[in-house]
Amino acid sequence: MLATLALYSDRLFMAAVGVYVLSMLLHGGEYALLRSARPVLVGAGSEPVDDPEPDAGPRSRPDRLGRMGVALLVLGAGLQLGSIVARGLAAGRWPLGNMYEFTSAICLAAVVAWLIVLRRWAGARPAGLFLLLPVVVLLFLAGTVLYAQAAPVMPALQSYWLVVHVTTVALASGLFFVPGVASLLYLLRRSGRLDEFAERLPSAASLDRLAYRTTIIAFPLYTFAVIAGAIWAEAAWGRFWGWDPKETVAFVAWVVYAAYLHARATAGWRTGRAAWINVAGFAAIIFNLFFINMVVAGLHSYAGLD
Amino acid sequence: MATPTRAPERPPPPPEPGPAPLRVLAAVLRNGWRGLTSMRTALVLLFLLAVAALPGALLPQRSLNIRLVETYLADHPRLGPLFDRLGFFDVFAAPWFAAIYLLLMVSLVGCVLPRTIEDARALRSPPVVTPRNLARLPHHAEATLDAGLDEVSARIETGLAGWRRVTTPEGTGRTVSAERGYLREVGNLAFHFSLIGVLLGFAAGKLYGYEGQVVVLSGGGQFCNTGILGYDSFHPGLRVDGTELTPFCVRVDSFAAEFLPNGQAQSYRAGLGYQTAEDLAAGTVAWREFPLAVNNPLRLDGNRVYLLGFGYAPRFTVTFPDGQQRTAEIQWSPVDTSTMLSEGATKFARPGVTDEGERRRTQLAVTGLLAPTSSGGDVVTSVYPSLRDPEVAIDVMRGDLGLDDGRGQSIFRVDQSQVDSGKLVRVARANLVPGQEVRLDDGTTVRFDGVGEWVNLQVSRDPGQVATLWFAVLLLIGLGASLTIRRRRFWARLTPIEGGARTVVQLGGLARTDRAGYGEEFRRLATELLGTDNRAPVQPEDD
Repeated sequence: MLATLALYSDRLFMAAVGVYVLSMLLHGGEYALLRSARPVLVGAGSEPVDDPEPDAGPRSRPDRLGRMGVALLVLGAGLQLGSIVARGLAAGRWPLGNMYEFTSAICLAAVVAWLIVLRRWAGARPAGLFLLLPVVVLLFLAGTVLYAQAAPVMPALQSYWLVVHVTTVALASGLFFVPGVASLLYLLRRSGRLDEFAERLPSAASLDRLAYRTTIIAFPLYTFAVIAGAIWAEAAWGRFWGWDPKETVAFVAWVVYAAYLHARATAGWRTGRAAWINVAGFAAIIFNLFFINMVVAGLHSYAGLD
Repeated sequence: MATPTRAPERPPPPPEPGPAPLRVLAAVLRNGWRGLTSMRTALVLLFLLAVAALPGALLPQRSLNIRLVETYLADHPRLGPLFDRLGFFDVFAAPWFAAIYLLLMVSLVGCVLPRTIEDARALRSPPVVTPRNLARLPHHAEATLDAGLDEVSARIETGLAGWRRVTTPEGTGRTVSAERGYLREVGNLAFHFSLIGVLLGFAAGKLYGYEGQVVVLSGGGQFCNTGILGYDSFHPGLRVDGTELTPFCVRVDSFAAEFLPNGQAQSYRAGLGYQTAEDLAAGTVAWREFPLAVNNPLRLDGNRVYLLGFGYAPRFTVTFPDGQQRTAEIQWSPVDTSTMLSEGATKFARPGVTDEGERRRTQLAVTGLLAPTSSGGDVVTSVYPSLRDPEVAIDVMRGDLGLDDGRGQSIFRVDQSQVDSGKLVRVARANLVPGQEVRLDDGTTVRFDGVGEWVNLQVSRDPGQVATLWFAVLLLIGLGASLTIRRRRFWARLTPIEGGARTVVQLGGLARTDRAGYGEEFRRLATELLGTDNRAPVQPEDD
């Protein structure tokens, strides 16, 4: 029975990844068609006309592709949630006990965060392609390199703080995907390079706003997750903070995001530099997720990898 | 966090009397202070702090694992010593790391204090007067209502419940200025002050806390926290000399470890008896009980007792040719935590030997490997971590253990130099299961009786941690308030027309902080105040 559930969980995971890939293709199709729909301007001196994309109205072909892509994204998120729930039932514990499960949860959080963004601001859709790209890569890694069987966890992880700490870390990390990708796209958009490629993205100003608004939600959540981790560490390891490599990089990421928020309030740092800082924060989060667990030995080595 | 950049164009201070060098010094100090408390400096310091912490994650740290540091130094003969001199193996104790966070804290205080005074003033002052032209504000709306001035005024007052507001007469009409979101700055300041609190709490722990580890045999082994000598290792805080430990005693009555079929640990539990300082002072003989487990430490009088690990202790009985018996049960150390294969050395001295030379020829050590679940066969290895089928593979050594030369030696090993110099020689080698014995050439027998368990306990004290937690909670609340609450202003100008039968209402709104999205709220307020049919010309939000 439990083995069957574990099997269902794996199948659902694979199905979710497949659906995400399909969604990514549809997003890509939308993006490509949007681009080619643009009148090609030849000759010097002619400024690009900022016309409302003639071929991008409701029910146009790129729009249809985009809508299908988003619908598949919803389906994929549902499948992935099913996979995570089945995993928890199969293992008889909270389904965040190793790197595979943790990565899966982060990706789900990123996708759901993106769906919420789309609900409030449909114009962000073309940027979805660039959010899905890292999500699919991570899920692929999770399903291959990081995969671990459904099994109970070691004694140090048997605590209700696992639920509090790891869940909030996964949520916050997933949320940080959105500002990370938005800041990168913002920098691309602002630089003016690859303009022909980037012009279908939302405007630089709105990408910047998206990055800020998601960061101010993710940052307090991340702060809470770190505090919860410290409370758990006090009960499990005998001290609330011991500069374990994972703790140290979590601290670094926290400081970088704090710097981002300060940069937003400093003349001369508000735009480009702030975006770079946000990208650095996201890099620290990803670095902490993979490098620290897989390369550096520390107390957080619960990856379930041999 | 620092003061927003101020306009640098200030009138030059009047020339001060006094010697020039003093004035220069004052100017340098003043400019230095301004520079230190500016937001740019704070940003640079934050960035430095992040970069400076990185070696702490990427390089092995002495505070975490001294052996890894030694390996690194051995593997990198050039880079290693350089890093060592720079303090890269003790990042969080390094002076440059302390310099960065102390500067950051000074910068923070220098910025937050003036802002606190400013905020205290702002909290007491009324909302600012209504601007002359409300239509020029980013959010505005206008309508003519079929109601008199008083009625409209009352309606606006009700609609602005929860706002701090002032109504002032203006010509024939009135204006209302309102503001809310004061908690944003309060939260912001609370966040920054709590940050200092967290740092102080952390520092208190490092100064007045301590941590000690001790191995205690299960089945009645005791440990009392009376002095640092009772510990196997002890890490005192900078202001702890180990003379005033809070006394308590623990007794390990039982220990149980459970494993999955693949050898992964599933649970560790130790049945503990303990006596608090009060019990000891009262001379109580009874022991209180506590189920010690990972994630379930025993907390008493500010001390915490943790279960860190466990191991096996084989019990050997040596029967000397004269019939005297000695039994010892000493912890052996696990070499492989997944199978709990353990190694160690159990040492004996022959009883009743008074002659110094004779004693140095007859000391015994039983050394080798212990497999809790033996693979069987000639080469003993362990296949499972729990005590299913224990077996030891031992060498019995006789001679001078080197215990008298004043040097400390490991309890897990014999002194190899004694073996190399021929003072300690192997006299027997055997694989034994419980009950079996091996006989030496002089008639002495060494019997393997069975295996006991030991637990590794850690005693921790951190007088700063409760304060740190409260500051962390305050920090989180402050952060949440400062990021979610929006400081915004709202104005209304009421002008009666048609002899007071109708009233023209102009509304204006301004968000005082960042791009937080005041537009939606303003629109809702405007609709509520002006009536639902009103299509208020509200500009799209454009931060």
